[in-house]
Amino acid sequence: MDRYRGNPQAIAELVKGYAVHRDVYVDQEVYELEMEHLFPNSWVYIGHDSQIPNTGDFITSKIGNQPVLASRHRDGQVYVMHNRCPHKGVKIASEPCGNTGKFFRCPYHAWSFKTDGSLLAIPLKKGYEGTGFNTDEAAKGLPRIENVKIYRGMIFARLAEQGLSFEDYFGDALSTIDNMADRSPEGELEIVSQPIRYMHTCNWKMLVDNQTDTCHPMVAHESSAGTAVSVWERAKEANPDMETPMAVQLYAPFMSPYEFYEGAGIRVWPNGHGHSGVSGSIHQDYDDVDGYLAQMVEAYGEARAREILGDVRHNTIYFPNIMVKGPVGIMRTFIPLGVDKTLVESWVFRLKGAPDKLYERALMYNRFINAPTSIVGHDDLEMYERAQEGLLSDGNEWVNLRRLWEDDEPTEATDVVNGTSERQMRNQFYAWRKFMIQNMEDTTGTPVEAAE
Amino acid sequence: MNRDDLIDFVYAEAATLDRMEWKEWLALFHKDGRYWMPLEWQQEDPILQPSLMYEDQLLLTVRVERLSGERTFSQKPKSRCHHLLQRPEVVSMGEEDGVYKMRTSFIYTETRGDLLDRYSGWVSHELVEVEGALKIQLKRIDLINFDAPFSNIQLFI
Ligand code: FES
Ligand SMILES: [Fe+2]
Repeated sequence: MDRYRGNPQAIAELVKGYAVHRDVYVDQEVYELEMEHLFPNSWVYIGHDSQIPNTGDFITSKIGNQPVLASRHRDGQVYVMHNRCPHKGVKIASEPCGNTGKFFRCPYHAWSFKTDGSLLAIPLKKGYEGTGFNTDEAAKGLPRIENVKIYRGMIFARLAEQGLSFEDYFGDALSTIDNMADRSPEGELEIVSQPIRYMHTCNWKMLVDNQTDTCHPMVAHESSAGTAVSVWERAKEANPDMETPMAVQLYAPFMSPYEFYEGAGIRVWPNGHGHSGVSGSIHQDYDDVDGYLAQMVEAYGEARAREILGDVRHNTIYFPNIMVKGPVGIMRTFIPLGVDKTLVESWVFRLKGAPDKLYERALMYNRFINAPTSIVGHDDLEMYERAQEGLLSDGNEWVNLRRLWEDDEPTEATDVVNGTSERQMRNQFYAWRKFMIQNMEDTTGTPVEAAE
Repeated sequence: MNRDDLIDFVYAEAATLDRMEWKEWLALFHKDGRYWMPLEWQQEDPILQPSLMYEDQLLLTVRVERLSGERTFSQKPKSRCHHLLQRPEVVSMGEEDGVYKMRTSFIYTETRGDLLDRYSGWVSHELVEVEGALKIQLKRIDLINFDAPFSNIQLFI
């Protein structure tokens, strides 16, 4: 029974602003429509160009549930293609990354493709002579994705042929990526290691919502961060000269009180982007590392260097499914695998030219907070899983997002609000609604009321 | 220490974990001991290469105390664990540096409510003698699928 397919009105009604219907998290059909509409209409992160520096280097990724691959061609350009053989659909590349040499070769019947995706050769080609093969889609090679943008090394792609331009889609939200890259004295980031991967049995949006959920750390993470603080206090009593270890510096701020988060603020941007930690955050300027500040001043001048390091934004959501933690140099991707299954990959960037200590801290942060072995991660996953199960209750079909709600809240605006607001979660759902129904054909036969 | 002492130590350490005697287990570590779970194949550096865990006594103590916390919601119900070990191989008797080295193949099982997760790999022990007792200087766990996405691992392999 199709309740939502071909019914943009029904989709729009799932989002009331101050509440969203539980079907956005638990309904299989809504999930499939996300794959068909939301992800193709959005600019989705594919990977980083530092992962594919040389000709023939490639990475594989997904846009929604569609396998894609990005490769470095001999013209120096990065091409993004559907990762499926034009013959019978076999995935051309199966590994997360690698080097394919001069061309890709399908393992099934050895059709081969240049690293820009175009068809190179087919064995026993005479079998296609005079068959009309030239007019087939297959003759073009790997289907290329035309809408690709590399921004400060980050590769984004939009599957849909029509839609918002990259600049219109992200707008001022790009300032967090800028800030993260500017923290390198050379202005460049690189990925030099694999991500930490963590499987979640919950809907991908629960993770996205959580990134700016500032009313949960002092509650859900009392068990981890709270315990870290108390163990440290005891250790310090026994040995007052001990310096606060980096580990405690990273855990302790999770226990900050509500007032701290209220004052820190949340900024929203159009199209579902936004971040916590506007005028301060649980992160510091991290300029305590020997020699780093001097490098930054040398590269940017005193004032600009201070400005870059002083912008300590907490979590920035790039809608739909990545989060960037600029001051630490971490990016998390929330990859939907099913309505109740999400793969989280947490990547650490190395700031080119910066001292190793910064990379060490980022790696440490990543394993403390984002790993399947992370006690903070355990706290969070428990909440997501309980929500995924709890939402099956018919006792109440709505998820409440009313904290600091105001009537006639704008759905496409740049705004800074109280940091405990659920505004950014609502902001994400306004964008969710927009990109879900942007070009969804109404097949119900009833006229559609314009969605906001 | 002879070979049997070393082998017995490895079995006893796993048994302490299986009995969930966390405090006793922590006491097996040298004060500067580390528990390391690499994220790369034949990884050499725990600091500038990513790891799943690289923890000292302080951090391990946080984990242990968390497990019994009243508000540790991910431990309701409590997890249990089981170590199945192959006979430990003595890699070094420490003739040169005083560090005994062992390598042991394992299958590890951890429960979470009705669920049961299983992991395989090798555990390497680096042990030193302190006042007549063996202490863990390094316990390293190399999973065969270190790069796969796991769900929670909340206890200790
Ligand atoms: S499926 Fe790729 S060559 Fe046949
Ligand atoms: Fe959290």
